[in-house]
Amino acid sequence: MTYFIDRRPNAKHKSAVNRQRFLERYRKHIKRSVEEAVNRRSITDMERGEKISIPTKDISEPVFQHGPGGARSIVSPGNKEFVQGDRIRRPGGQGGGNGAGEGGASNQGEGNDEFAFTLTREEFLEFVFDGLELPHLQRKPLKSLEEVRMVRAGLSRDGVPARISITRSMREAYARRIAMRAPIKRALLEAQKALEDEERKDPVLRNPARIVELKAEIERLEKRIEAVPFIDTYDLRYHQLSAQPQPSSQAVMFCVMDVSGSMTQNHKDIAKRFFLLLYMFLEKHYEKVELVFVRHHTAAREVSEEEFFYSRETGGTIVSSALKLVNTIIQARYPPEKWNLYVAQASDGDNWDDDSHTCRDMLIKQLMPQLQYYAYVEITPHDHQSLWHEYESVAGHFPERFAMRQIVEASDIYCVFRELFKRRLSQAD
Amino acid sequence: MTESRQPIATGSDWNFTILEHFNDKLAALADEYRLDTYPNQIEVITTEQMMDAYASVGMPVGYHHWSFGKQFLAVEQAYRRGQMGLAYELVINSNPCIAYLMEENTLMMQVLVMAHACYGHNSFFKGNYLFRAWTDADSIVDYLVFARQYIAQCEERHGVHAVEQLLDACHALQNYGVDRYKRPSPISAEEEAKRQQEREAYLQTQVNTLWRTIPEPPSNASPLPGSLHRDEDPLGLHEGGIYPPEPQENLLYFIEKNAPLLAPWQREIVRIVRKLAQYFYPQRQTQVMNEGWACFWHYTLMNRLYDEGNVDEGLMLEFLQSHAAVINQPDFDSPYYNGINPYALGFAIFRDIRRICEAPTEEDCQWFPDIAGTPWRATLEFAMRNFKDESFIQQFLSPKVMRDLKLFLIVDDDHSETLEVAAIHDEQGYRRLRDALSIQYALSVKEPNVQVVEAAIRGDRSLTLHHVQDSRRPLARSVYPVIRHLHELWGFPVHLISLDEGRVTHRYRWPVEEEGKEHP
Repeated sequence: MTYFIDRRPNAKHKSAVNRQRFLERYRKHIKRSVEEAVNRRSITDMERGEKISIPTKDISEPVFQHGPGGARSIVSPGNKEFVQGDRIRRPGGQGGGNGAGEGGASNQGEGNDEFAFTLTREEFLEFVFDGLELPHLQRKPLKSLEEVRMVRAGLSRDGVPARISITRSMREAYARRIAMRAPIKRALLEAQKALEDEERKDPVLRNPARIVELKAEIERLEKRIEAVPFIDTYDLRYHQLSAQPQPSSQAVMFCVMDVSGSMTQNHKDIAKRFFLLLYMFLEKHYEKVELVFVRHHTAAREVSEEEFFYSRETGGTIVSSALKLVNTIIQARYPPEKWNLYVAQASDGDNWDDDSHTCRDMLIKQLMPQLQYYAYVEITPHDHQSLWHEYESVAGHFPERFAMRQIVEASDIYCVFRELFKRRLSQAD
Repeated sequence: MTESRQPIATGSDWNFTILEHFNDKLAALADEYRLDTYPNQIEVITTEQMMDAYASVGMPVGYHHWSFGKQFLAVEQAYRRGQMGLAYELVINSNPCIAYLMEENTLMMQVLVMAHACYGHNSFFKGNYLFRAWTDADSIVDYLVFARQYIAQCEERHGVHAVEQLLDACHALQNYGVDRYKRPSPISAEEEAKRQQEREAYLQTQVNTLWRTIPEPPSNASPLPGSLHRDEDPLGLHEGGIYPPEPQENLLYFIEKNAPLLAPWQREIVRIVRKLAQYFYPQRQTQVMNEGWACFWHYTLMNRLYDEGNVDEGLMLEFLQSHAAVINQPDFDSPYYNGINPYALGFAIFRDIRRICEAPTEEDCQWFPDIAGTPWRATLEFAMRNFKDESFIQQFLSPKVMRDLKLFLIVDDDHSETLEVAAIHDEQGYRRLRDALSIQYALSVKEPNVQVVEAAIRGDRSLTLHHVQDSRRPLARSVYPVIRHLHELWGFPVHLISLDEGRVTHRYRWPVEEEGKEHP
């Protein structure tokens, strides 16, 4: 007796729980691998899984086993030249670890030193962002209309034509037609029957007046049936929308980068990673994240993402031009009461000396009061220049919301990123 | 063959109708060979489901534990890299016997797996004495469901972490959770659930009794370590026989019944792990036979299908290729060598038994006078029913198979500088080879012999175990984590003493730093 069962439609991911338990248990190991990966990888391909290796000894499940030593007998196949009594030198260094005696006894496989597996993309990102939190994430008050989301909420009898529910309207119409025609139809059937009866009577007994009368009645009823409208305004149904207020978790991130001649390609690569990490981070945490790319040399310009990272410019550096532009953009498009505003700036620290002072004033007076957070990374192995020192005084004014760090090489980036965005047990609220 | 063959289907695509056709055919053939099987439940599953099934060591319903997640990741990785096919293997010893067909297999594979699993393994499960004695095919799935639910409940009540730690400890000892000599009582989920609460209460009282009452001291009992001198113990409170009176090999059973501090739910989980270990125990002892038997039957049945014109040449060629891969035995010096392939060895022996029955040589008549020339089917059935790997090899490994596989025996003695070739496939070597190979498959030799000898119920409550060394082989370093787990379960110090011919060679204990007042 045999049954066939198609189990394919059954629930997938039966092992998902076990998998999660495993990842949870070896969190530390996996995190280390992920951190290495983030440093090593080009960030453009951050969006994929990662192969993780954990030393087998760390995850082994111990059982009583024979250790090396003592006398062991091993039967092996494939003898070619040995005869009884031959003596063979011990194969180098191996204490008989992979002897045939274990033949198929272990299902752990090859006894590699590393247990390797692949994290999915989601799991990978989960680990990358583990423990990070956007600083000072404020719920912006529900002021504007834009913060209201319309959700479908049943049907109503009135509304705009664009929101007509055709199926529901037709159904209503159908019901109404049936209801309205029923009594007329009944009367019609009666009249028809009466007419028939009358006509079947002997010609002598017929009442011609009655026949005429009935015929007129039938005609009238048929007309009435036809007159029942196919669809009536009464039938129309509209999808109803109701306004649901949504807490604002929209953010805009200004990426500001120096693209002057003093920024080498290496500098830009590092800056690029920083921005990309930020971008991924934000995307993960906000429902809606807008990005504004501002690059500058002596003059600042808002550019597309593509242009921001991949086109070349030369010239001197005036940082304040960028700050000015950021401020203008905020005024024009991102009112601070509706948006969480973040600025991330990357530079090699070069600036016209006079300008650094302007930058500081501008930050303190205009920008910082509107921003949630300002992160500045300086990519240079050299001594700091005037810009850094001016920024230090800004940081003095806003220790909570202004962060600055120095990066020397690509591998620093992840640590700095973590440090800047470390979960702050909100002093804010 | 001149008559036109009318294959049931050609090509590599399949559907349920075709599979049913083939299954009917296979069933008829199996019937002809009088293969006695459980009803089959053939489940078509996806690759991922197959990996799931692999990861949970073939339990159709498993409780949650990270180690299964680890298995899953390993299987997935191996499969992705193409190191591993996922075709054979999975069949569950239950009634009805559950076998898995993977959806992406070709028609040939599906037929092969049906022949291999649904008629080969299935009849083995039903016939072999170990399975008959040790497992309850009727109730295993129910029991697994019970186990899963119970453990999930415990996780809810006591936290995932606590349950996980307990399971870790139990898993470390699960190979020592088996009664080797007596048949366990049948398990059934319903009863389990019903009895479970009763048992909880009862067990606890039992444990308490054990720790409270003092049995009559046998007059000639030797003083226990940790007991006090006569002068300090005038009432003789600390005297008494050793507990347990006899060494216990079933460590988990001993823990379940005697560990002083375990909570009732913890005892129940120990019991679950123990019961499952018991369920898998026959499988661990019959790998060569089980696979050999299944290979023998898929080979026989597939050839019959071909002879009767039910499959075409293309399918047959594909089958032969995959069959050859399965029973391939790389030489010991090949880079692909990974021990003796149980499929190859088992298949070779079963084929050889048939050969001895059908066309015995003079050598066979000498070696196997009782089976040479007998009806092969009955002999094969006898061999399948009444042996396990160890005794099966001892009984049926013929000189011819040893020659074919070119087996040789190496003795690796750490007292000598070199390895010795102790026997090869020749007249002087056959018997020694056969003995050695048989022992290689004896679980009692594969796994170190560790038994509980004493629980100091009147002393410091420490637990003492003996490890009896086999050929001076010591324990591997994993001994420390294992006794640490044992200590977690027992709750008091654990001592493990390695003995070689009665002489103590090593003492292990956990906790390593003893803070208690051990006897000097």
